[in-house]
Amino acid sequence: MFIAAICAILVTMVLVLIRALLGPSVWNCILAINSFGTLTVLLIAAHGFLMERPEFLDIALVYALISYIGTIAVLKFFEYGDLGPAKRAPLDEESN
Amino acid sequence: MLETVRDLLSWAFILGGGFFLIVGGIGLLRLPDFFARMHAAGIIDTIGTDLLLLGMMIQAGFSLVTLKLLLIVLFIMFTSPTAAHALAKAALHGGHKPQLATGGDDDRGAD
Repeated sequence: MFIAAICAILVTMVLVLIRALLGPSVWNCILAINSFGTLTVLLIAAHGFLMERPEFLDIALVYALISYIGTIAVLKFFEYGDLGPAKRAPLDEESN
Repeated sequence: MLETVRDLLSWAFILGGGFFLIVGGIGLLRLPDFFARMHAAGIIDTIGTDLLLLGMMIQAGFSLVTLKLLLIVLFIMFTSPTAAHALAKAALHGGHKPQLATGGDDDRGAD
């Protein structure tokens, strides 16, 4: 049962990785890597069930947290990193 | 008897989850536009993940393992829309225009 789940997850991981390598812009790559993080969480959980070691679920939970924070950090960098200080100052004032 | 029912239910959920994962992966690869591809990523994040983890929950029964799986489901339910929203906003901000229907048969995406 879990072998079937792992096979589906691995096939999807390959498809998503092809999109990440092929992606014509940086946003496509970020989208694909975000999905890849979710798939990794699933893979860790399924592997824990397959090996009958449910402690792996803790690792999956932590991986979900880190993956989300990484995606948001990379997005923030690519959204505001290119604009330079001239346009950043009014944005910062707005948010304050 | 109960064991068989539980296994059957679990198989159904896990096979459905795997099906939707692969559908999402194919969509992520084949759809023409960035904003169209976000829908496919949404399929992976919502129904594929939830069905797979639900099947695992049925296998685990009532225990701490189920609680951890529930936490993972809850967390992904909260973070996936947030990340998708931030990604779409960042892409629009970064000059990405959605590909709109023009009536022509130009199916080369804006990418």
